[in-house]
Amino acid sequence: MDKGNMEPVLKISNLFKSFGALKATDDVSIDLYPGEIHALIGPNGAGKSTLIKQISGDLEPDLGSIHFLGKNMAGLGVADRAQLGLGRTFQVSSLALEFSALRNVMLAVQAKSGSSFRFFKPVMKDKALIEGAMEMLTQVDLQERANIPAAELSHGERRQLEIAIALALKPKVFLLDEPMAGMGPEGSKKLTEFLDKLRHQAPILLVEHDMDAVFALADRISVLVYGQVIATGSVDEIRRNPLVRTAYLGEEVV
Amino acid sequence: MTSVLFIEQLLNGLQFGVMLFLMAAGLTLVFGVMGLINLAHGALYMVGAYACATVANYTGSFWLGLVASLVAAAVAGAVVEILVIRRLYKRDHLDQVLATFALILIFSEGTRWLFGSFPLFLNVPDILSGPIELPGGLLYPLYRFALIIIGCLVAIGLYLLIAKTRLGIRIRAGESDREMIAALGVDIRLLYTIVFALGAALAGFAGGLVGALQSVQVGMGEPVLILAFVVIVIGGIGSIKGALIGAILVGMVDTMGRFLLPSFFQLFMNNSDATSVGSALASMSIYILMALVLVVKPKGLFPAHG
Amino acid sequence: MDKFDREKALNVLIALSLLIIPFIAIEMDEPFYVTLATRVVVFAIAGVGLNLALGLGGLISFGHAAFFGIGGYAAGILASHALNYEPLMTSLFELNGTTEMLIIWGVAVVASGLAALIIGLFSLRTSGVYFIMITLAFGQMIYYFAISWPAYGGEDGLSIYVRNKFPGVNTLDPINFFLICFTLLMLSILLISVLKNSRFGAALQAARQNDERLSTVGIHPFKIRLTTFVVSAMITGLAGALYADLNRFVSPSMLSWHTSGEIMVFVILGGVGRLFGPVVGAALFILFESIFGGLTEHWMLFLGLVLLAVVLFARGGLIGVIAGKTRHG
Repeated sequence: MDKGNMEPVLKISNLFKSFGALKATDDVSIDLYPGEIHALIGPNGAGKSTLIKQISGDLEPDLGSIHFLGKNMAGLGVADRAQLGLGRTFQVSSLALEFSALRNVMLAVQAKSGSSFRFFKPVMKDKALIEGAMEMLTQVDLQERANIPAAELSHGERRQLEIAIALALKPKVFLLDEPMAGMGPEGSKKLTEFLDKLRHQAPILLVEHDMDAVFALADRISVLVYGQVIATGSVDEIRRNPLVRTAYLGEEVV
Repeated sequence: MTSVLFIEQLLNGLQFGVMLFLMAAGLTLVFGVMGLINLAHGALYMVGAYACATVANYTGSFWLGLVASLVAAAVAGAVVEILVIRRLYKRDHLDQVLATFALILIFSEGTRWLFGSFPLFLNVPDILSGPIELPGGLLYPLYRFALIIIGCLVAIGLYLLIAKTRLGIRIRAGESDREMIAALGVDIRLLYTIVFALGAALAGFAGGLVGALQSVQVGMGEPVLILAFVVIVIGGIGSIKGALIGAILVGMVDTMGRFLLPSFFQLFMNNSDATSVGSALASMSIYILMALVLVVKPKGLFPAHG
Repeated sequence: MDKFDREKALNVLIALSLLIIPFIAIEMDEPFYVTLATRVVVFAIAGVGLNLALGLGGLISFGHAAFFGIGGYAAGILASHALNYEPLMTSLFELNGTTEMLIIWGVAVVASGLAALIIGLFSLRTSGVYFIMITLAFGQMIYYFAISWPAYGGEDGLSIYVRNKFPGVNTLDPINFFLICFTLLMLSILLISVLKNSRFGAALQAARQNDERLSTVGIHPFKIRLTTFVVSAMITGLAGALYADLNRFVSPSMLSWHTSGEIMVFVILGGVGRLFGPVVGAALFILFESIFGGLTEHWMLFLGLVLLAVVLFARGGLIGVIAGKTRHG
C-alpha cells in the first residue's frame, strides 16, 4: 500500500511502560493508516494487553505519545477516547450482563446520538435508538437474539455482540483484542469475512492469536516480543523474517 | 501555651494513634486476606472492654481482665466467623455491610440485655497509676505512656508474625492469591477463622486497654470503628504498614486539632466564638485529612494491591 | 399471571393499603396510627432516595443520614429563625427564616444536593469498600459537626414549636400532613420510575453492571454517578425536612450512622432496586418496631436477627419473595 501522502489515523510513537523492573512496553512505535488492517501478534506475556490498555486509555504510558486523528491522547480517559472514535472490543467480553443484547447496543447508539443526560423519555419508546441498535445486531447476524439477556448468550454470540456495539459507535478506528478467541472454525471463518469488509468502514488494529485469520486479513503485521516490536512488515515479510521465526512463529506455525 | 502542654498533647495523639492501630490492623487484615468489610469490628472492641471490666472487677486483677479481653474477643470473633462471616466472603459488599450491621445490632442489644444500660468502670492498675517523669521534667500519666509502649510492641509483634512465621507466610499468600494457597494444601477455612479471630483479639485488646481510660458502655466501639475506617482509607486498605502510619496520623491530627484550633481562632476572634468554631472544625479535621489524601492518592498512602 | 405484572399489581396494592390505613385509624379513633403511617411514608421517601443510588446505581452509600439530617436541619433552622423573629443573616441583605413548607423543601433539597455534590466529588473517585467507608466517614463528619456546633442546639437538637405551613391546607390536622407526605412519596417513586427507563437510567444501570462497558461506549461513569448521587441525596433530604416537621424536632441523631444503616435496611427489607421496595421495607421496620418494641426494649436484637436472616437467606427482600426475580427488558 502506498502511504506516501496519507496521514496515519493512529500513531503510536516511542511508547514506554514499566511495572517495577518489568518493561511491558519498550520503545514501541506502531501506526495505522486508513483502510488497512494492522495485526499485532506476539507470544503470551509479550505486552499486547498493556499496549492495548494504553491505546484505549486504561493506562497512561510512562513515556512516548499516542496520536489519534492527529490529536495527542495524553491525559484523556477511556470515555473521551471512545467519544473521539475509538471502537474497542475486549479479549474477554465486557458487557452489561443483565441487559438484553438489544439494550447493550442501544447504549452505544445512545452515546453516539447525543447526551445521556436525558431524564424523561423512555428509551424503550425511542424508535431511533431501537432501530439503530437492531441494524447493528442484524449486521453481525444477532437480530434473532435481540431480547436475550447478555448473560444468557453463548460465548460466540457475546463476541458478536461486542462487535455490534463497536459498530454502533461508528468509530474512526477499531481496536479488536482477539476477536477470534474461542469462536470455533465456522465462527472464525465468518468473522474473518466480516472483518475483511469492515476495514472499509474504519482501519483495524487487530490483536490476534489465530494465525490463519491474521495471514488472511492483515495488510501489515507487527510482532511484539518482550515489550519490543521486533519486526513490522507485510505478511510475506513477516513469514520470511528469521528473527520472527525463531522468536515466535517457529513455535506455532511450521 | 507552654511547650510542656504541647508535648503532652503530642504524646496523647501518639497514644490515641497506637490504639487506633490495634483496631485498624484487624480490619485491614480481614479485608486484605478475605476481602471482607466488617462493620462489626467495633462490637468486638466492646466485647473486649466488657470482658476486661467484668473479670477485673470480679477478680480484682486488671491483668486477668486484659487476658479475658483477648480471649473473649478472639472466641467471639471465631464463633461469628464460623456462624455468619464465612457465608459472606463470596457475597458482594452490600451483603457484607448489611450482615455485619445486623451483627452490631445483635451485639449491642445483647450486651445491653446482659449488662444493662449503665456503664461499667475499670480502674487503671495500681502499678501503672500516677505519673511518670519524662526527660525534661515532664510529668505524663504512666498508664497512657504504657499504652504507647504496648501499642508499639504489638505493632512489632504483628510485623514479626506476618514477616517471619508460617502463619504469616500463609496470610501473605492469601492476600496475593487465594487459589494458590488452596493449591498448597492450606486449610483455607481454618486460616480465615484464625485471621478473623486474630483481628478480633487485637480489637478486644484495644477495648480492654482503653476501657480503663473511658467508661465501658454499649456503643463504645462505633466511633472508634469509624475512625479506624478513616485510618485504613488513608493508609490503603489491606496494608498493615498503611494502617500504622494512618493511625498515628489520625491520632495526631485529631488530638492536635482539638488542642490547637481553638487557640488559633482566638488570634482573631473573641474567646467563645473561637472555641466553638475551633472545636467544630477540629471535629472535622481528620475527615478533611482523609479527603485530601484521597485527592492525591485515591487508593491510600500505601495501596496494598497494585 | 406474568411475574412482571405481579409486581405492578402488588405496587398498586401497597400504595392503596398505605393510603387507607390513616383513614381507618381515624374511624377507629386511634390517631396514633396516623402518625405511624406518616412515619412509614417519610422513611419510605428517604429509602426511595437511597434506592436510586443503591438499587439502580449500585452505589452503596452508608452516609445517607447526612442528607436526611441536612434536610431536617434546613427545616429546623428556617422555622426556628422565623418563629423567633431572628433574621438568618443581616450582613449583605436581610434574610429571614420561614415556616412555609414549600420554601423549606426547596432549601432542604438544594442543601442536601450541594452536600452530596461535595461528598460525591471525593467519594466517587473510589469504588467498592472505599466508597462505603468514605461515605460513612463523611456522614460522621457532619454528625460530629452538628454536635459540636452550638448555635442550633448542638447535642440537644432543635425544636420546631408549630408545624410549618402549606398553602391552603391545615397542616396541623395529621391526616392532611399524611396526605402531603404521601403525595410526595408517590411523586418521588414516579420520578424514579421515569428516570429508570430514560437514557440516563440506562447509562446508570449499565454503570452498575459494568463500568468498563459504559466508558468504552464513550459515557463517563463518574458524571452519571455523581448526578445520581446528588438526585438521590435530594430525595432523602426532602424526607429529612418532612421528618423534622412530623416530630417538630431535629437532633444530631438524624445524622448518625445508625440512621444511614436504617435507611439502608428499609431498602433491603423491601427489595433492592424495586420501585416500592423502600415502602414495604419502611412499613416492615415500623411494624416490627411497634410490635416488638412493645414487648421488649431489646427489639433491636430481633431486628438484627431478622436482617441477618434476610441477608443470608432471602436476598430479594419481601417484594422479591412475592413477585419473583426482576426482569430486565
